[in-house]
Amino acid sequence: MFDLDRWQEIYHVLKSNKLRTFLTAFGVFWGIFMLIIMLGSGNGLENSVSRNFADMATNSVFIWTQQTTVPYKGFPRGRRFNYDNDDATALRNAIPEIKYLAPRIRGGDFFSTNNVIRGLKSGSFSIMGEYPEFFLIDPLYIDEGRLINDIDIKEKRKVVVIGKRVKELLFEKDEEALGEYIQIQGVYFKVVGICNSKRNGEQAERENQNIYMPFTTLQKTYNYGNIVGFFGITSKDGISVSVVEEKAIEILKQRHGVAPSDDRAIGHFNLEQEFRKFQGLFTGIRVLVWIVGIGTLIAGIIGVSNIMLVVVKERTKEIGIQRALGATPVKIISQIIMEAIVLTTFAGYFGLVIGVGLLELVNYAMESSGADSDMFYQPGVDFRVAMIALTILVCSGALAGFIPARRAVAVKPIDALRYEQ
Amino acid sequence: MIKIRNIHKSYTNGQMNLHVLKGINLDIEAGEMISIMGPSGSGKSTLLNIFGILDNYDNGEYYLDGKKIQNLNERKAALLRNRMLGFVFQAFNLVSFKNAMENVALPLYYQKVPRRKRNKIALEYLDKLGLKDWAHHLPNELSGGQKQRVAIARALITQPKVILADEPTGALDSVTSQEMMNLLTEINQTGITMIIVTHELDIARRTQKTIRIIDGTIQEIVENEVQSTKYEDRTQVRSNVIASEAKQPKNEVTSVSRPKQYEKVA
Repeated sequence: MFDLDRWQEIYHVLKSNKLRTFLTAFGVFWGIFMLIIMLGSGNGLENSVSRNFADMATNSVFIWTQQTTVPYKGFPRGRRFNYDNDDATALRNAIPEIKYLAPRIRGGDFFSTNNVIRGLKSGSFSIMGEYPEFFLIDPLYIDEGRLINDIDIKEKRKVVVIGKRVKELLFEKDEEALGEYIQIQGVYFKVVGICNSKRNGEQAERENQNIYMPFTTLQKTYNYGNIVGFFGITSKDGISVSVVEEKAIEILKQRHGVAPSDDRAIGHFNLEQEFRKFQGLFTGIRVLVWIVGIGTLIAGIIGVSNIMLVVVKERTKEIGIQRALGATPVKIISQIIMEAIVLTTFAGYFGLVIGVGLLELVNYAMESSGADSDMFYQPGVDFRVAMIALTILVCSGALAGFIPARRAVAVKPIDALRYEQ
Repeated sequence: MIKIRNIHKSYTNGQMNLHVLKGINLDIEAGEMISIMGPSGSGKSTLLNIFGILDNYDNGEYYLDGKKIQNLNERKAALLRNRMLGFVFQAFNLVSFKNAMENVALPLYYQKVPRRKRNKIALEYLDKLGLKDWAHHLPNELSGGQKQRVAIARALITQPKVILADEPTGALDSVTSQEMMNLLTEINQTGITMIIVTHELDIARRTQKTIRIIDGTIQEIVENEVQSTKYEDRTQVRSNVIASEAKQPKNEVTSVSRPKQYEKVA
């Protein structure tokens, strides 16, 4: 029930010393403001990193070849070897936990020279031979046209999906690229799609300079035989990709005469582990932010508690009068706690609003200016965190009021009445 | 209404142990109007505070309206104060940020009477005391006499059994003091027991009985002969409060308004 007298008293108490109220409130305001800013910035950092992971399947592993380091079965150390198409079949048959397996090959021979030509324009781009499955592991986002599909693979069609940057470099600004032909290392390919990376910064730049063609086309056209550059593998849902990784490496070692003890012959990158590392890092950051934020908040709350003690002291006589007139201790305690809660909640709410506002402003400024940073993306706090912060505020306000309130009723009514300032 | 038996009270102040009340016995009947007099430090205020359940006592027994008052927790004490007792203080003790009406209504607020209803009752009481026009003024806009009347209205609003007044005229000039006593007498005549602590003789004389406390014990209880309700009648009053008065230190007595007649007696 709305109790006008209670609010009148709260208003009077807070109003009676405006500067003091303001400074106290500022302590709480600052605490919550800092908490929100830090949480928001932490989120910005996290968003930026998780954007670099893009929508990549986090339960994926990539396996490629390196030089052997242990002599085995008559082979010397320092041997180079290649995976082949049969490895893919063998892995699929031997490991039931595999969800997607995509052999991949990079036309790495063309680096550094201008390997792609269209009319008078030319450029140097990475050429990737892909299976459609790979796009389920590391999605490619199509602006125009289509992705590589199974029929392309089957018929070894000479079609390519080109990155946005490739289009910019090989075509005029308003020129239609779809259906046009580009010459890659002497062979003509038809452009069927244009893709645009969703990663940020440098990574996106690099990805947009890729040209994707069917895996089989690349093997055949450029004389790779049945060589596979590397495998992208994801595990079935609920199964750690590390299980798959271990088994796959073991099988590949067997198939290529690599010593079981040779850990360096087979290169592998486990995205799941990487992702976990980042998750751990961000959990750490978040914990730190909360500790620091709560610490700052506590400083503010102690300020409130302190001021409430002073207020109670100043109002000793008035509280004495109220008690003489029949105010029960519960009434007095709840009144003082209410005052503390109102003060902290108001101040905290402003901190919350201004903190969130500032984050939104930064976000807006970054977006409208087009600034794209590797380190910071869409800072902000979610509604749940704001609610938690607000709950903490109310509780800590109550806590801040509690000690002064106890002090107020610990005095005998007569001593309170006699109290002179 | 009030019955105390062998009440002892001492204050400890560091090493000092101050024995303030040394075995007080007293009976106050319902509807009586009595005054308590005594020099500073005699224990008269302490006694009043014990009556008012604002302070506790060390030994003895205290019955208020037949109910034994001992070691009450603060909540029960607050409820009893609210329902049974009305307080009038020397310093008025109005709540500064509440207007006259809200001040009067305050005890009813603690009884959880709805705001509209309690303010209506408060206005009625202010009207009775001739302060209706001042109902919406803050205490600092009122004169001393007006403030004390607001305080009295506040004491009356819960229709208490006993009104305890601690130097109710101490901060008022003589004319206003007498008006205040007229008012308190009228209230007493409605059946409310009235206990007034004062060190002004002509205030004490207007009560039925004067209890004189010196050094923590009741020295004498004096029946005042005539009750006068009008200030103008005061000069005709003869009282038998005497003799011991001479023992009082002169500075204890506010003699500004004392009529010559009393000076002679003293």
